[in-house]
Amino acid sequence: MSISEAVQERVQIPLGPESLSKERIAYLERLVCQARTAAAVFTQFTQEDVDHIVKAIVLAGLEQAQHLARLAVEDTGIGVMEDKVLKNMVATEFVYDYIKDKRTVGVIREFPERNLVEIADPIGVIFSLTPITNPTSTVLFKCVMAIKTRNAVIFSPHPNAWRCCSEAVNIMYETALKHGAPEGVFTCLESHTLQDNAYLMQHKDVGLIDATGGPGVVKAAYSSGKPALGVGPGNTPVYLEKTADVSTAVVDIILSKTFDNGTICASEQTVVIDDEIYDLVLKRFAELGTHICNEKETELLARTVIDPKTGFMQPMAVGQKATDIARLAGLSVKPDTKLLIAPIQGVGREHPLSVEKLFPLLAVYRAKSVDEALRVCVDVNHTGGLGHTAVIFSRNDEVIRRFGEVMNAGRIIVNSPGSIGALGAVYNDLVPTFSFGCGTGGGNSTTDNVNIYHYLNIKRVARRTQAHMWFRVPNQIYFNLNAVENVRQFPSRSTIIVTNPALEQIGHVDLVRRYIPEATHVHVSVIPDAEPELKVVMQGVESLNFYKADQIIALGGGSVIDAAKIMKLKYESPDADLKELAAPFLDLRKRVIRYPTEKINRVRLIAISTTSGTGSEVTPFAVLTDKERGRKVTLADYSLSPDVAIVDPQFVMSMPKGLTADTGIDCLTHALEAAVSSYASAYTDSNAMQAIRMVFKYLPIAYEHPRDEEARSMMHNAACIAAMAFANASVGVNHALAHAFGAHFGVAHGRANALMLPHVIAYNASVPTKFVPSPYQKGYLAHKKYATIADLLGLGGHAIDEKVKNLVLATEQLLDQLGFPRSIADLGISKGEFEQAIPDLTKLAFDDPSWRSNPRMPLMRELSELFWKAYRGRGLAKVACVSQQQTV
Amino acid sequence: MAMTAVWLKIDEVRFVQALQEAGKKMDSVDDEVVLDFSSVRRIDPRALRAMEEFAGIAADNGVKVVLSDVNVGIYKVLKLVKLAWRFSFAS
Repeated sequence: MSISEAVQERVQIPLGPESLSKERIAYLERLVCQARTAAAVFTQFTQEDVDHIVKAIVLAGLEQAQHLARLAVEDTGIGVMEDKVLKNMVATEFVYDYIKDKRTVGVIREFPERNLVEIADPIGVIFSLTPITNPTSTVLFKCVMAIKTRNAVIFSPHPNAWRCCSEAVNIMYETALKHGAPEGVFTCLESHTLQDNAYLMQHKDVGLIDATGGPGVVKAAYSSGKPALGVGPGNTPVYLEKTADVSTAVVDIILSKTFDNGTICASEQTVVIDDEIYDLVLKRFAELGTHICNEKETELLARTVIDPKTGFMQPMAVGQKATDIARLAGLSVKPDTKLLIAPIQGVGREHPLSVEKLFPLLAVYRAKSVDEALRVCVDVNHTGGLGHTAVIFSRNDEVIRRFGEVMNAGRIIVNSPGSIGALGAVYNDLVPTFSFGCGTGGGNSTTDNVNIYHYLNIKRVARRTQAHMWFRVPNQIYFNLNAVENVRQFPSRSTIIVTNPALEQIGHVDLVRRYIPEATHVHVSVIPDAEPELKVVMQGVESLNFYKADQIIALGGGSVIDAAKIMKLKYESPDADLKELAAPFLDLRKRVIRYPTEKINRVRLIAISTTSGTGSEVTPFAVLTDKERGRKVTLADYSLSPDVAIVDPQFVMSMPKGLTADTGIDCLTHALEAAVSSYASAYTDSNAMQAIRMVFKYLPIAYEHPRDEEARSMMHNAACIAAMAFANASVGVNHALAHAFGAHFGVAHGRANALMLPHVIAYNASVPTKFVPSPYQKGYLAHKKYATIADLLGLGGHAIDEKVKNLVLATEQLLDQLGFPRSIADLGISKGEFEQAIPDLTKLAFDDPSWRSNPRMPLMRELSELFWKAYRGRGLAKVACVSQQQTV
Repeated sequence: MAMTAVWLKIDEVRFVQALQEAGKKMDSVDDEVVLDFSSVRRIDPRALRAMEEFAGIAADNGVKVVLSDVNVGIYKVLKLVKLAWRFSFAS
């Protein structure tokens, strides 16, 4: 649509019905009521009903294409009748071809793999403003779209195109009615005023404004406060690049720019031509009936067809023939001149012909380079054409790509006519339309070719998806006495044994070495028996590099194995940034950071655990202390899991009682937390439950009788089995509390866990203050899981509450039996000291990622309460479960 | 003698006529009139106008109009044209 005078007046559309008479308001209300009723009734129609009517009105439009085109030219004095016939046919036949098989009623699309279904709902009443330049084709197009989508439309045609538009509406309406459409589905405002438009734009029962026209119409539509499709003017730059097929390009440009005397707003406005082909291009234009203006003629034209005050084209030129325009400007041209070409030297107000010209006058610019050509095209684009259309003729894919990137245009038409190309479905696969979305650049809400989907409310029915879960552990786990012998089956040229001093001293390293093939070069890397430091890890990496190791044997507890995991990571992928890899995440599969997959070295990691608690030999976790920066780095990724785990009880026979108890309770905590985790699955449950049973049975024996091989073996296996559960289901709030408390007061991890455990069981079994969103679980299960565990342990009880209480009591008895302090107070921490620490402890615990998989979301207040319960001690846990129905 | 309730089965084909006839007999209805919509699959604008008129007559006579077995498609139409509030619904 042009910025013609007639359209310009709409810029001033007043938003308010103040100047309307009561009679006029009553008339408008009747129109809306009629449309609202039609739209409501239309909601009952099926896809078949709708498609039947669509076909009928499309055929009616085709039959009347010439009649309507003739009326349009008579009414508006704009354009070419023959071209308007084609427009009417495209608006019906081509649009029909695009929509005929599309579903617009009920379920329109299904995505079974995503558990998503889309259901279409009509909008209701659409208030549609149509332009003077494409009057009947726009009406036909919008009628077809409205019927296909079960909407009612009130049309407000441009006043100078009222007769032809109302005739088009009438033809469509009568046909639709005859084929079953609801009465009142289309209406056309009679002899309307701008106030009528303003009134309807703001009417509460109008669902959408579809404004095709100039900037005034679009602005009024968007300012009305209603959802609106407002699509307006353009200024299409064309780049005719030196590799283009010149003959084709020239014909395409002529046919496009002269189509309906240039009234399609996507038509070419300024052609930027590469220097190398400039003369040839102009020669071709001249050969095909184009008049190339000289400097004087260009100036005369600019003065005539461009308003010097506004800088916009003069309305009287819109849609006129080239010869008429020439005559207006006082130019002498041949009678068969199709197109006028005016060379310009720049873009902007100083170069009047660089603006939109909806008539057969084309500006041309000679560009010395690709860069200059692109710059000029950008200038044209920014001179009233943002978001609309741009055209390029080229055989150079790189230039086409660059052009596409720099143009702000909803349609970038390549090697084809701009106007007909933008309409879609003729020269390309764009959706056929008579409304061009110009995106935010043009003040529009879409860059699309407006189509049926813009006339629908699309509802998405999203079913709950069965989230994929996983169970990942090292693919080789050797267990039971002398399992270490399996080391011999792994060939290696160079092996590094990572261990700590104590284990080397008591001969464990020698025991392992015995099973390493003789030809293997073995180096022992002894690291301190403490949480691994970055410095220590990097020294280990140096050794790995020096000895060109292809195998690491980590022999030790959690600290040693964690150190070895990180050494492996840095050895295989030296560029791995540990700080970055430790970035927080909520869901392992959606985490921002990805662990490196490209490895410059390959090394096998065999983990031989010498404690029965952490289970690090099968977990994907590693904790590192960066002393220089004073922080801990927790790494979690399945690529960290050892390749081989060896669970041989001979390495734990000499564990002292305290360590046996601490690590044993750590193991129990892992299993209990994994069992109720929001990531728990049948796979992790089976491991967790089995581990719990083994701990209750064998931990007291291993504690009291450290040389009992069976108890030691079972506890060693239990730690590994529990670790397999929490390696996949993670832990919970108990660990968050224990981490914070242990770090602050220097209490061993297992001991800290023990102090929290009974209280956390009772907490998780109670009605949550806040639930945790978890796609993996159905309903709240923690209390039922605990009850199942109680059953498994044979603790008795009938109701869930009772069973959970028995589990708490059994846990407390176990802790007593193992000699754990009954409270934090028993550790000698004063109430004052603890009270002072509580804010920090609470914050630390809340920041700890461990609770993310806890079944119940801990509030800060609740974390503080849990700390206080642990301070006061055991025997105080109270349980108030969610329900008494045990179904797990 | 005035009736407490009147039950009328509405036929989709004779919808408008049926309502007009019922409207004329409204004087004889005391409390409520039940319109059985179980045979009505769809309604059109003419039917809606007839329903609006019928609701007006009923209101003037202090009669409650109950629509029974209205399918959800028709119920939605009544909501969209803001007529639903003038009726009670029963299944």
